[in-house]
Amino acid sequence: MTDLPISVEKPRRSIVDMIYDPATRGLIFQVLLVVALFALGYEIVTNTIANLKKQNIASGFDFLGRTAGFDIGQRLIDYAPTDSYLRAFWVGLCNTLLVAAIGIVFATVIGFIVGIARLSQNWLISRLALVFVEVVRNMPPLLTLFLFYFAFLKTLPGPKQSIQLPFSSVLNVRGLSLPMPIWQPGSWLIPVALAIGIIASIVVGRWASARRIATGQQFPVLWTTLGLIIGLPLLAFLAAGLPVTFDYPVLKGFNYQGGLVILPEFMALLIGLTIYTASFIAEIVRSGIQGVSKGQKEAAAALGFRPGLAMRLVVLPQAMRIVIPPLTNQYLNLTKNSSLAIAIGYPDLVSVFAGTVLNNTNQAIECIVITMGVYLVISLVTSFFMNWFNTRMALVER
Amino acid sequence: MTTDAATPGTRPPRLDTGPVGWMKKNLFATPTDSVLTLIGLYLIYVLLGGFIDWAFLRATWTGTDGKACTWEGAGACWPFIWNKLGLFMNGRYPDAERWRIYLTYALALGGLVPLMVPGVPGKLYLSLYMLLVFPVLAFILLTGGIFGLPAVDTQLWGGLLITLVVACVGIAASFPLGILLALGRRSKLPIIKWASIGFIEIVRGVPLVTMLFFASVMLPLFLPENVTFDKLLRALIGVALFSAAYLAEVIRGGLQAIPRGQLEAGDALGLSYPQKMGLIVLPQALKLVIPGIVNSFIALFKDTSLVLIIGLFDLLGIVQQSVQSDAKWFSPSTSTTGYFFAGLVFWIFCFGMSRYSASIEKRLGAGDRR
Amino acid sequence: MTFLIKGGLVAVVALAGSVSAVFAQTKTLDTVKARGTLNCGVNTGLAGFSAPDDKGQWGGLDVDLCKAVAAAIFKDPTKVKYVPLTAKERFTALQSGEVDLLSRNTTWTMSRDTSSGLNFAGVNYYDGQGFMVKKSLGLKSAKELNGATVCVQTGTTTELNVTDFFRTNKLDYKPVVFEKLDETVAAYNSGRCDAFTSDVSQLYSERLKSPKPDENVVLPDVISKEPLGPVVRQGDSGWANVVRWTHFAMVNAEELGVSSKNIDEMLASANPEIKRMLGKEGDFGKGLGLENDWAYQIIKGVGNYAEAFDRNVGAGSRLGIARGQNALWNKGGQQYAPPIR
Repeated sequence: MTDLPISVEKPRRSIVDMIYDPATRGLIFQVLLVVALFALGYEIVTNTIANLKKQNIASGFDFLGRTAGFDIGQRLIDYAPTDSYLRAFWVGLCNTLLVAAIGIVFATVIGFIVGIARLSQNWLISRLALVFVEVVRNMPPLLTLFLFYFAFLKTLPGPKQSIQLPFSSVLNVRGLSLPMPIWQPGSWLIPVALAIGIIASIVVGRWASARRIATGQQFPVLWTTLGLIIGLPLLAFLAAGLPVTFDYPVLKGFNYQGGLVILPEFMALLIGLTIYTASFIAEIVRSGIQGVSKGQKEAAAALGFRPGLAMRLVVLPQAMRIVIPPLTNQYLNLTKNSSLAIAIGYPDLVSVFAGTVLNNTNQAIECIVITMGVYLVISLVTSFFMNWFNTRMALVER
Repeated sequence: MTTDAATPGTRPPRLDTGPVGWMKKNLFATPTDSVLTLIGLYLIYVLLGGFIDWAFLRATWTGTDGKACTWEGAGACWPFIWNKLGLFMNGRYPDAERWRIYLTYALALGGLVPLMVPGVPGKLYLSLYMLLVFPVLAFILLTGGIFGLPAVDTQLWGGLLITLVVACVGIAASFPLGILLALGRRSKLPIIKWASIGFIEIVRGVPLVTMLFFASVMLPLFLPENVTFDKLLRALIGVALFSAAYLAEVIRGGLQAIPRGQLEAGDALGLSYPQKMGLIVLPQALKLVIPGIVNSFIALFKDTSLVLIIGLFDLLGIVQQSVQSDAKWFSPSTSTTGYFFAGLVFWIFCFGMSRYSASIEKRLGAGDRR
Repeated sequence: MTFLIKGGLVAVVALAGSVSAVFAQTKTLDTVKARGTLNCGVNTGLAGFSAPDDKGQWGGLDVDLCKAVAAAIFKDPTKVKYVPLTAKERFTALQSGEVDLLSRNTTWTMSRDTSSGLNFAGVNYYDGQGFMVKKSLGLKSAKELNGATVCVQTGTTTELNVTDFFRTNKLDYKPVVFEKLDETVAAYNSGRCDAFTSDVSQLYSERLKSPKPDENVVLPDVISKEPLGPVVRQGDSGWANVVRWTHFAMVNAEELGVSSKNIDEMLASANPEIKRMLGKEGDFGKGLGLENDWAYQIIKGVGNYAEAFDRNVGAGSRLGIARGQNALWNKGGQQYAPPIR
């Protein structure tokens, strides 16, 4: 109550006046809130400490360094059962990020296609898109995952009757086995060439748009860019003397060994998340496009743009401004929904860390807090990035 | 060349009107269009044809166990659904007491339907009934233990009943908290503002699964010794906290849509903050965000299926348990039929609600444009 | 000198700790009596051990132990509230007091007994981890599983055991881990995995439930010791005694030939051991804080160990598991109960 002396100095203000003064009142409310929060926090902490002590449960983060002792089905980084719980945590996190990243790309592509199809002149196509959106959007994502997962397991054949695909790939109930490229010395040229290609295409793009603004002449940017980004690494690949060998999947014992295996759990999770999120993105894209005033499209038509070109160069860039904020939310939702992996056996962060590790260490608080913290960080980082992107888009358009 | 005489009116070519004209315009306008149409037709043929074949032509309609559905090329196994319908709807709620569930549904519908239909008078009393009277009635009816009703443990609840209870209690309980958080976030008082923002962003940043794990594994450790909650109640707390954060954002959208002039008018009249909010801002804002609230409810309704991960048997959970562990009903198509049924029920509810929300949105929009 | 002071300090602290532990005890038995029902944590659904039927009636070997404890306390085996728990929740539920007793096929391990605030009260089923595979693979031993894909349920010692087994035998394998048993089994049945690993009892039960039981075999290898038993909170030895002796009473009854069918005749038995057990001689129930007919109520209400075993998992059930390790000690098994005297 630091303001008490101040009010004493003004004798005209009675206690009642003070209570009715918005500033004082605000202060009182805030103090009350702080006190309440502290009381709640204190209660929780003391209870928890008492409970943990009474029940002799270990606490702290020492367990992260202990040997995990269990194996994980899919790992992007090296991991063995002799590694620590911390390592298992990273394996789970990488798996979450992998499915989220690929899911975001696919969901965006499908979502945009369906969203544009919703507005197609073609009656049948727009209806089909509508049906897709309404069916998928109104079903729990978990159910979608189950349907895909068990449909996969039911329809795919066992390892001995695998479906042979081109390039020595095989598809069976254990997953999709692809030949895994093993890069030989000299292959460093390829990423370098790719980097050069990307930088060069950015430069070309800038130059082309400057020239277009200055002279009105078009330059085939798309083809040049494609040529640079695909062609240069290809040239490098040839120049380095094809520095790659493949590890082909071979049927040995129970299953195909070797190669790059895409688990059915991963496929089901990816497809389930993709189409679920795509149905929302489609609606966002549709309302974004409809939010662009009709005059814009008509003006483009008057300038002689073909409908596809008008969509790509006039409508979509403006629609993006409306689309990006809700799109961010969908990306975050997809990432959070990837935690449903736990129900179909994909070793994501929740399944590995809030699942197996929690069960083996029995340190619920630490495991759940860490898991929640990771998602929180992912959310915040994505939000910041998309906000930044959004500001850029908005500025460019004005 | 000019003509003075008016050209006699000609009918448009036959191919531009009627069904043929419609098809020409809407399906085969350009070559690309034609190709797309053909692909679309093929898709419809495969999907719809496959579905009809599975659900009707090759389906099994009667039987007493899984053997009836085990034949070469068998489609949907409907007797499985008929047989388990009571379980899927009400879980293991005792047969003799099930009328209580149906009565609760009837009481809910009696309040909700007039509320949802525009133009029915007495909305205020209906809302009060739904918000104050109905929850008490529903609680007494469903749990029992007084007025001569035998107590039914929540552990026996299941199926659609749990789905509805979790979703409805979740949204109802999160409503007051959501309003407080939304007001808090727009408050000028820094501590209140940041506490609200912190809560909203933290909860919105984590998946519901971790919230449920939090409620089922961590919450008991926070409580004093020997204070325990029912498992269902714990899940409800997790769900309510989760949905409060989302609802707060929806309501904030409504608050932002209220012009400043309204608040200033309130100030001019000398109204206090609760009066301004309760009498001027919130009634307008909440009306605006009804579609948003319905959409949050749909999301929550779908998300309730996650409670199966913490061992509560909602509709999806109990279907899953039946298709995967009831040996009597095992057949190649049992699981597909079960999941299809669960999906259909979820879909009907969600689609219905989303249509309703869309129609309200339209009406509100029309009102705004004047 | 400093050594002595330090030693003294340690002793004082240890003493203080033990004293406070005694005072901190909450008498679970009193709480249960006051409440009028026993809160018993059970599996969400494991045939033979604890599973609800369509009407919500629970049954199984673990459930019978809950019933027996309720019978000993209340003379009524139905005064139990079953709380189905997932593997993840079970210990928290016990520690927080949500359940008084955890009877949920839980493996007794040292770390659980010593550092998780748990106290194991006995072993009501001796199990071991094994593998189930498709018969068509023609396997004779788990050691032939090199390169196999194995379906595992998380939240159990199973995951660690299987890793240890493959590591010790220098074999390679791929785990597919599920949160719930139903999903694990569904994945195995659809061919996602070559093998399904779990406790042998569970393998038999799942084999029976699979669409074609004859196409699956349980391999002879048992790769771990899995003593499954009831668990109570640490620091309440009186309550642990009630649970422990409830199980022992069932085992002793089998050994003495007392069953739910003949118990009323046995009341008149001259055998002093039976007399002590059934409360005709001595004050054994008092020591547990119960009445002297506690064991009579258990056997009358639930039956002896053989009856419970037979009804739920043994020859009289659909699982048809042989007694094996779970036979009485004098019949080649390991079920051994200290005498009531």
